[in-house]
Amino acid sequence: MGRGLLLLIVVFFIWAVIDRRDAVVIGIVEGSILALGAVGLTLVYGVLRFAHFAHGDSMMLSAYCAFLLLSGVVTGNRPGVDTEVLPITVSDLPSATSEIWKFSFGYGLLVAMALSALLTAGVLVVLDRLVYRRLRRRNSGVVIFSIASLGLAIAIRSWVLIVWGPTPRKYTTVVRHSVDLPFDTSILADQLFILGAAITVTVLAYILLFRTKLGKAMRAMADNPELARISGIKTELVIVLTWALAGGLVAVAGVLLALQAQLDPQLGFVLLLPLFASAILGGVGNPQGAFFGGMIVGVVQAVVVTFDFLSPGYKFSVAFVILILILLIRPQGLFGVRQ
Amino acid sequence: MNFTIPRLSHFGARPASLIAPATVAVVTILLILIPYERSDGDVSGVMSFLVSFLTFVAIYAIFTLGLNVQWGYSGVFNFGVLGFFMLGAYTAAIVTKQPASGNFTDYIGGFGGDLDLLPWLSSDQWLPHLVGLAAAAAVAGFVALLLAVPTLRLRGDYLAIATIGVAEVLRRVVIEETWLVNGTRGLTGIPRPLDGLVDSADYKYLLLAICGSFLVLIYILIERAIRSPWGRVLMALREDEMATEASGKNVFAFKMQSFVIGAAIMGAGGAIYAYASSSLTPEVFTHFFATFLFWAMLMLGGSGNNRGAIIGAYVLWGFWTITLQFQSYDLPDIVATRMPYLRELVLGALIVAVLLLRPAGLLPQKRQVSIWVERQLRRRPPAASGSSTDAARSSG
Repeated sequence: MGRGLLLLIVVFFIWAVIDRRDAVVIGIVEGSILALGAVGLTLVYGVLRFAHFAHGDSMMLSAYCAFLLLSGVVTGNRPGVDTEVLPITVSDLPSATSEIWKFSFGYGLLVAMALSALLTAGVLVVLDRLVYRRLRRRNSGVVIFSIASLGLAIAIRSWVLIVWGPTPRKYTTVVRHSVDLPFDTSILADQLFILGAAITVTVLAYILLFRTKLGKAMRAMADNPELARISGIKTELVIVLTWALAGGLVAVAGVLLALQAQLDPQLGFVLLLPLFASAILGGVGNPQGAFFGGMIVGVVQAVVVTFDFLSPGYKFSVAFVILILILLIRPQGLFGVRQ
Repeated sequence: MNFTIPRLSHFGARPASLIAPATVAVVTILLILIPYERSDGDVSGVMSFLVSFLTFVAIYAIFTLGLNVQWGYSGVFNFGVLGFFMLGAYTAAIVTKQPASGNFTDYIGGFGGDLDLLPWLSSDQWLPHLVGLAAAAAVAGFVALLLAVPTLRLRGDYLAIATIGVAEVLRRVVIEETWLVNGTRGLTGIPRPLDGLVDSADYKYLLLAICGSFLVLIYILIERAIRSPWGRVLMALREDEMATEASGKNVFAFKMQSFVIGAAIMGAGGAIYAYASSSLTPEVFTHFFATFLFWAMLMLGGSGNNRGAIIGAYVLWGFWTITLQFQSYDLPDIVATRMPYLRELVLGALIVAVLLLRPAGLLPQKRQVSIWVERQLRRRPPAASGSSTDAARSSG
């Protein structure tokens, strides 16, 4: 069954590349963003053994943090009126906003993204100390953790709404340049950047996970927590670092998503569908799997909504169908082994 | 590897406390005082405010009871109450309405006129509504069944993810497929049950009576079911899934039944919501309102306790309505414009706080089956019981 599914995906991709090349390119860009989020999600899922329902909203929070760092404003008392809150912003750095190459942003966005990654990692670690660790000490079941993460998802989302209001935002409103690619396709320069950044960060995460001792400990915990504990791995330390890594990944994903689409507080919760579909498709606890899962979900979503009978509003419904199919056919994921 | 098992040790009994009555009393006093003050002592205004408040408490309590059947009793967790809510509400609406006509209205069904089957008791006033209610429960239950087949055997959180999916897909379908239930323009003029039986000024009392009796009916049915052998298995499942499986119960079947029944109750709740509000628009059906709110109600009231579920609905909807009233006071701008989000923040924080500080909620549910087992074990000589009580304690 699993092999058949893989074959089906390959055939779909070949067809899509021949027939819907533009949609495939968009799908790869969106897929690389999903992949970043899904790698963080699958690590938390693997190491802490629960579905982190605040993942999508953390992604939005980090995108808004970068927005605050760049612009220094939050929504004022009345909707649509901005208030300066930061005396100095990233954009005040010398020539931080002057556009690099054909991108719509300067190096300020990179700085904001890095700072936001640190912030989000900090937020997730603090939430672990405040909430999840207490539940762990009490030996609560996974369900309790999941409900707690749902509560935190609501809290994070409402926090974003309180500070930045419900209107969708963009980092910049300047005209975006497109770049011609071989094989008769073109792409926005920003999307090229998204793809490049996502792949760079994924490679960094890969090196951390597969080339360092810490990564080995993390993977060991994701694989078999009891065995990891017995082997003398400092589990609490690994848990903190897992949250920090997931926070960093989610922040980069959030900023890139805001660059690709826009900043929208309502998006976070709905994003859970493609994120979980990617993580489960790749096998829970398997970071490489989550990466390919994210790519597959991104491309399938982008290609399927080009069908005439489907409106683009169904994008995330496509992720749901993928999720149900994978749970029906191969619940351990494309690259997982049956337990 | 027992991470799929909800360890509900905090369902353990606590001494009866005054927290629940005190909370209810505070909410009730505020609910009477604030509208009294706002309307300058107009008693009839306060009355109609309270009546409409209680009507919606009754409706939301039905959802909370449905969620309690799923999560509180058998530990199946559903983060997509919204999906079953919408299924129920829209099914009931298209069953009871007249067929679509005129510009800017387009929806399927509209059987209201065909359902006047009985010649007596002006059956057009209630028969379509009962049929709509049954259809709503059946549709919601059927979708739950379809959803549970691929996901319920797997890890518990997969079902939760899948229910979010169903809710989101249904929300999209309602918005995108304008021919189905009129898209974002929404359905209006859903006929009210027993309309014309009383004066239109007094209809609100009748509506409260109808919603209240359905709540009582569903409460009694659930309580009866829980006291049956079937319910005892569910309770055992909640307290210790592995032990229940070891005693030869088909855990999958029982979880499936409680999930489907809970979803059917939510469907019925959706139908009653549609009748009471008499119009439906997709904007109302947000994940926040139609899923998180009910979760917060159940967590606050006490998972696994039906009376707790109703009290949770009362207290939280009371909080909601009171803060809505606050908006009419002269609040500083910074608070006034953010009131809806502040409420959401309180709700999210409340769920986490309840889990951390008072996991059993306002009305803690006593453990029943495992306590009985432990009592039985304690009666036996210690030599024979030592290891098994330890096992029961550690996994309970």
